Amino acid sequence: MDVLYFAWVRERIGLPKEKVETDAATVSDLVAELSAREDRYAAAFADLSALRVALDQELSDFDAPLTGVREVAFFPPMTGG
Amino acid sequence: MRIVVQDAPFDLGAEANAFAATDDANGAIVTFTGVVRDLATGDLDIMEIEHYPGMTERALTNIAQEAMERWSLGDVLVIHRHGRLAPGDRIMMVATAAPHRKDAFEAAEYLMDYLKSRAPFWKKEITTSGAEWVAAKDADEDALTRW
Repeated sequence: MDVLYFAWVRERIGLPKEKVETDAATVSDLVAELSAREDRYAAAFADLSALRVALDQELSDFDAPLTGVREVAFFPPMTGG
Repeated sequence: MRIVVQDAPFDLGAEANAFAATDDANGAIVTFTGVVRDLATGDLDIMEIEHYPGMTERALTNIAQEAMERWSLGDVLVIHRHGRLAPGDRIMMVATAAPHRKDAFEAAEYLMDYLKSRAPFWKKEITTSGAEWVAAKDADEDALTRW
């Protein structure tokens, strides 16, 4: 699946988008998998209360299943307007 | 209903005029414009606005559709810019047209409240002393509970 990062999450991880091969069942599982990879991921995902997640461009939550999901995006709370 | 996400500036007067000219049944037109505000310190150089192409248009469309369902509206316009903006630049506008002003005002406020916390935009302030992401305010999230 495609994993996208925005704002300071993108800066901390150091890339806007990557393809990830995963069997993670939920968003939390995917976060754990990514955090175990490298410090920069662990740093970005250290405080999940400071993050939001979208699945296929719809806001979701960290308990949500990843079945059939093609695009996961992680970002801080939005500041539009 | 029209949703526009662009990096180019928009002409507030032309947009408001075109929007107001649509339908005689709408006796009330409300427009709101957001402008890049210089910081209290007065040293803001650039406001950088990042967004999530695809999801942005989708989220704005959903918010506008929800407004059309909740209030008696003739039309809704949302324009939101991204990219590098300077103090005084117009970031975004919403406009609502309705037979009655209460619907037009309330729907415009609803659009603004939702757009602040539910549309995937992120602002970064670049000042003479560095760059910093704008943190979301609890008050903005709390504002959604009134709807």
